Amino acid sequence: MNRQSNGYTIIYSSVMVIVVAAVLAFTALSLKPLQDKNIEIDKKMQILKSVHIVATAVDAQKLYSQFITKSYLIDANGTEVAGNPEAIDLKIEVKKAVEKRKLIIYECKTADGATKYILPVYGAGLWGPIWGYIAVNDDKNSVFGTYFSHKSETPGLGAEIDKEPFQKQFESKHLLQNDKFASIGVMKAGQTAQNQDQVDAISGGTITSKAVEKMLKDCLSAYEKFLTAKK
Amino acid sequence: MSNLFSKQNRAILLGPLSSNNPVSVQVLGICSALAVTAKLEPAIVMSISVTAVVAFANVIISLLRNTIPNRIRIIVQLVVVAALVIIVDQVLKAFAYEASKQLSVFVGLIITNCILMGRLEAFALANKPWESFLDGIGNGLGYSFILVILGFIRELLGTGSLYGFPIIPQSFYDMGYENNGLVILPPAALILLGCIIWVQRSMNKDLQTK
Repeated sequence: MNRQSNGYTIIYSSVMVIVVAAVLAFTALSLKPLQDKNIEIDKKMQILKSVHIVATAVDAQKLYSQFITKSYLIDANGTEVAGNPEAIDLKIEVKKAVEKRKLIIYECKTADGATKYILPVYGAGLWGPIWGYIAVNDDKNSVFGTYFSHKSETPGLGAEIDKEPFQKQFESKHLLQNDKFASIGVMKAGQTAQNQDQVDAISGGTITSKAVEKMLKDCLSAYEKFLTAKK
Repeated sequence: MSNLFSKQNRAILLGPLSSNNPVSVQVLGICSALAVTAKLEPAIVMSISVTAVVAFANVIISLLRNTIPNRIRIIVQLVVVAALVIIVDQVLKAFAYEASKQLSVFVGLIITNCILMGRLEAFALANKPWESFLDGIGNGLGYSFILVILGFIRELLGTGSLYGFPIIPQSFYDMGYENNGLVILPPAALILLGCIIWVQRSMNKDLQTK
């Protein structure tokens, strides 16, 4: 058979592509359950981090069920609605109008018995999505802890949002001013936020810093009724 | 069995570890060697991944070498490498999620690692599967060798730990010792790599230009 002919080349490449596609599809399908489990564990580790509990992949499940007492959905009016929080895709949810959003709340009981509300946030960074979890104290106003992460922000600049020095700044800042939702400003040195608490932006990571500010404002403003409602 | 590890085959396997090292002598695969060696663990995972991919790609190409149409041989090589890399990426996501998160894009970028295409073109297309396999393992190990040295030095000086375990005692920090932030950054890896090449060339007479 002539191995340099066009016919041979075309048949060879077609067969190769089909074989490779079959092998890859098989691998992806057979490993999917394990990967999904890893992603779920990773998410639980992130949620726990916002309330200062450092979990490893091994004990994340256990610590999560120990500290996160419940998770549920509310609407923009602050009333609880039916639905499975695990099934909510934040990426789709944040694009909807505020009144139509279903908002996830995780409730956490820390070791000293205090209740913390953990609110997930999601937004667009400079290069890709950024997301995080904001834990507020039971006054529904002051921040207890935060966790931010990102898909592909610039290492050393915007990517610093997933480091502790940046996240620690948010602690004990207030989301509300005079019982109105005010969010938290992420400001360059020298700038002062009007009528809201502020933290320092990352030098060289201005766009990511502003993206964090916008993400907090966009996502948490939907929780205003929940945050301002007194128990 | 004796001719499986004949003198010639041993040379194929061990050559890339020293006098024909893909990183320090052929200067291939530098990008990933700088990017993933800030800590020892990702360096080791990357080493294993590259070794596996280059060995199996070599075997597959070597088995197919008499059937591959010459005009599309580069495409065939790329498809084989890309498929193997995707499999490695999926396996890492399933069994070593933390490491796969740290390596992020660099697993995908194994496809563009010059060592792979270099070995496939230069060796696997012209040699039998077993020799190609040894060549792949040898080159993978040569690459790993450099990565592990870099990862070891950078993690020790940069974060004071090895494989995640703290090595430098707290009393050192109390006395004023500080981790070197520069070592974490890629430029330091380039400087260290330069030092490795320097040491290797000064010790190995074959590599010195007369």
